Amino acid sequence: MADTATPEIAVHADAHADHGAGHATSTGLSNNKLAMWMFLGSECLLFGGLISTYMLYRGRHDGSPSPSQLYNLPLTSVSSFVLLMSSLTMVLAVSAAQREDERTCSTWLTVTALLGATFVGAQVFEFTEFYHEGLGFTTNLFGSSFYTLTGFHGVHVTVGIIMLMALVGMLNRGKIPGNRAEVVEMIGLYWHFVDIVWIVIFTLVYLIPS
Amino acid sequence: MSTETTVDHSHNDHDSHDDAHVSHTASKHGHGLTDLGYVKVAIILAVMTGAEVTLTYMHLPGGVFMALLLTLMVLKFWTVVSFFMHLRFDNRIFTWLFYTGLILAVCVYVIALSTFQFFASS
Repeated sequence: MADTATPEIAVHADAHADHGAGHATSTGLSNNKLAMWMFLGSECLLFGGLISTYMLYRGRHDGSPSPSQLYNLPLTSVSSFVLLMSSLTMVLAVSAAQREDERTCSTWLTVTALLGATFVGAQVFEFTEFYHEGLGFTTNLFGSSFYTLTGFHGVHVTVGIIMLMALVGMLNRGKIPGNRAEVVEMIGLYWHFVDIVWIVIFTLVYLIPS
Repeated sequence: MSTETTVDHSHNDHDSHDDAHVSHTASKHGHGLTDLGYVKVAIILAVMTGAEVTLTYMHLPGGVFMALLLTLMVLKFWTVVSFFMHLRFDNRIFTWLFYTGLILAVCVYVIALSTFQFFASS
């Protein structure tokens, strides 16, 4: 979407730059935010494909432990709770950024990254346990589809952690140009998306027996 | 659920913009619940997660179990998207963008699963 070049709107954009309001675009909305929502919409298709593939193949586990024998529901429930709470700390970071309280924002972002790292750690532990119980990536179609789906999600969480830590570093050094609250909000949107994907995976993969 | 908001109406001077409605909505960018409101939403989400896990130990009839689990899943999804991702307070274009992708994905994969007779076996 092309930015409008009229001086009047440009002046308005400058006036509101610090508040993240009234973007000088043809829609009046932030192009970055539009692009992020479009990206998240497209990610629904990616994860939809992976979840559907898992649903199709979860019963194909000939000669190896079945999903209900493998899954450690208490562990996954705790890690799901941890990821859910990381969404709370993320939204508190966004709220602090909108109040221009950078110290609090950095603290909440760091807590979010730590909670995310806890989730990834639990996932690595789970994968290791499954492997020792005889479920490798190429053992059967269930194993391949399970590791691909949860592995893709884990990679998304890991990328989110890297972005959070980079953001904390840039905030502390004052190296974020333009509207800082919007940058924090963009990363927040990505993080919440990772959380909502896990809400679906937790129910369809772990809670509903095959 | 708390719906208390911290709305900032101080940036509504875009009268010259072609689309006054869009401009006004855009000017409300950057608001949502208070911090306490977010904590309340998180508590509701935690309770729903607890309810989901409890359901798996209750040995309910298959149809009831599935209906309850899927309802809780959709409610949790909607709560995070609406409150934590601010879609409830933000411009509707973002809502359309996201839900278009989501609905498209659901339709495409329900059709794909149907072609594999995924739903027939149950």
